[in-house]
Amino acid sequence: LSAPSRRSSEDKVTIHFVNRDGEKLTTQGKVGDTLLDIVVNNNLDIDGFGACEGTLACSTCHLVFEEHIFGKLEAITDEENDMLDLAYGLTDTSRLGCQICLTKSMNNMTVRVPEAVADARQSIDLGKNS
Amino acid sequence: LGFRQLLSTVELVPHICVVGSGPAGFYTAQHLLKHHPQARVDIYEKQVVPFGLVRFGVAPDHPEVKNVINTFTQTAHSTRCAFRGNVTVGRDVSVSELRDAYHAVVLSYGAEDHRTLGIPGEELPGVLSARAFVGWYNGLPENHKLTPNLNCDTALILGQGNVALDVARILLTPIELLEKTDITADALRVLRQSQVKRVWIVGRRGPLQVAFTIKELREMIHLPRSQALLDPADFEGLEDLIKEAPRPRKRLTELLVQTALKPPKGEKADGKAEAPRAWGLRFLRSPLKVLPSPDGGRVAGIRLAVMKLEGSGENAQAVPTGAVEDVPCGLVWWFKSPSGVIATTMNDGFLTGQVLLQDLEEGVLPIGPKPGYSSIEPLLKNRGVQPVSFEDWEKLDAEEVAQGQAAGKPREKLVDPQQMLQLIGH
Ligand SMILES: Cc1cc2nc3c(=O)[nH]c(=O)nc-3n(C[C@H](O)[C@H](O)[C@H](O)COP(=O)(O)OP(=O)(O)OC[C@H]3O[C@@H](n4cnc5c(N)ncnc54)[C@H](O)[C@@H]3O)c2cc1C
Ligand code: FES
Repeated sequence: LSAPSRRSSEDKVTIHFVNRDGEKLTTQGKVGDTLLDIVVNNNLDIDGFGACEGTLACSTCHLVFEEHIFGKLEAITDEENDMLDLAYGLTDTSRLGCQICLTKSMNNMTVRVPEAVADARQSIDLGKNS
Repeated sequence: LGFRQLLSTVELVPHICVVGSGPAGFYTAQHLLKHHPQARVDIYEKQVVPFGLVRFGVAPDHPEVKNVINTFTQTAHSTRCAFRGNVTVGRDVSVSELRDAYHAVVLSYGAEDHRTLGIPGEELPGVLSARAFVGWYNGLPENHKLTPNLNCDTALILGQGNVALDVARILLTPIELLEKTDITADALRVLRQSQVKRVWIVGRRGPLQVAFTIKELREMIHLPRSQALLDPADFEGLEDLIKEAPRPRKRLTELLVQTALKPPKGEKADGKAEAPRAWGLRFLRSPLKVLPSPDGGRVAGIRLAVMKLEGSGENAQAVPTGAVEDVPCGLVWWFKSPSGVIATTMNDGFLTGQVLLQDLEEGVLPIGPKPGYSSIEPLLKNRGVQPVSFEDWEKLDAEEVAQGQAAGKPREKLVDPQQMLQLIGH
């Protein structure tokens, strides 16, 4: 085996997505890919996922993680928290999929798509206060 | 998926009409096309160009939000989807004519705009609807001629929602940053000459009731060469009140308190203190009257009723105390139309599509064949209406991008419908 191909097989990580209807979608990605990349590259059928294309301007890529994985994720930024604030169905182990990069230790993890998606400006009616 | 596969063997081709090409219309179309293998969807739009408030509402310095256009474009490229721009439903074609031609008509034409502010003096030059101002800097044809005069040092915005912050941000953002956005050339020209140095953002209720969201607030706080004018007295003790509040309100309030009570120290603070521009929040004030300049020629200030809160939290009501305050300002913006967000609209759009498919399946909708666009086309022709297709839009899009490139912008929006129609050979 040549070095690059060996690396690429080692770098493959398997992920299970539980879609809104409960259906399980199992796929693979490369270390370093974001979870949004995985959904897009593998054409996973999750309605409306990633509306802003990973620019932290929506929250349609909201995913719920298993606790043991969540604890090991990279620290969250204020900007991601700002977006998560207004995500629908927020849990204690929620993150935005476009901000999470795959690592080897995520192999075989399961992430859940919350039932409905909401966007940043949802919970508050613009101009209601005028 | 079972019944959808079944449907595919049924001969009926449902013709669905969607009115309005904003997020609601496109998300509804997307859902219908995806979940029904034969449905045909026509999207009617009164503007020459598609995408509604994503093009004409979302601020030019928020290009990320406009990325949804890529998804909508994919939908429009479906061979079973057609864009029919430049057709005003209710004028060029009636809803009942559409109902005759289609199996179902989905009305997703957006929120209505309030026309007036409803206080004396609102007709004075310098009093502007925020919605019209937004339309103007975003190239909405009907607001093309607005060209406001920004030759005063203080502006005041009534309302403390995200649109108010959009307007404040556009007024205060250094021009060299706006030059890299798709803001119109006319808006850039006017903003370059702007004298506005201070913007007050005024709300009827208190700091715990502001309607803007934290991302937009953080952007204001980080705005280059502008400082925040927040009266510490407005924010003292708030942290104790929000311990039990839901997470968004809590984090938003913490950021406000942090900014008002613990301003940054050292070099950064020095830079901000010398900032040539400033924005501030004023609470518990409700507009009573716009005050004219001595010659009556334009706005010189605004009279505000001083309010107090009854109740607490999100449902607190503002009631007048009887006191008034006059604030000098040369420009007043007001904003009244409520508006949701793109992704709420996304859920609604998907839901609409789902309900429609259910109705189809259960035979609630007409079952016989329907002509769809083929019976509307001659009507439009007779009435001298020239519909614009998605391919036509793509020509305009290419033209806008080309013009923008020359100016170092992502696009230069075309604002004259006549010129647009000429460009596509109508
Ligand atoms: C100033 C402003 C800034 C905003 N910024 C953001 C933001 O940053 N992020 C965010 O998530 N949301 C933002 N929003 C909210 C977002 O734009 C709306 O939630 C969304 O556009 C609503 O979609 P819609 O399809 O219901 O309506 P619209 O986008 O208004 O679309 C309705 C369409 O119907 C057309 N139409 C109307 N009447 C007729 C007719 N008679 N015949 C044919 N067509 C017709 C209109 O021309 C329009 O294209 C903003 C809103 C405003 C007002
Ligand atoms: S894709 Fe929009 S925030 Fe992640």
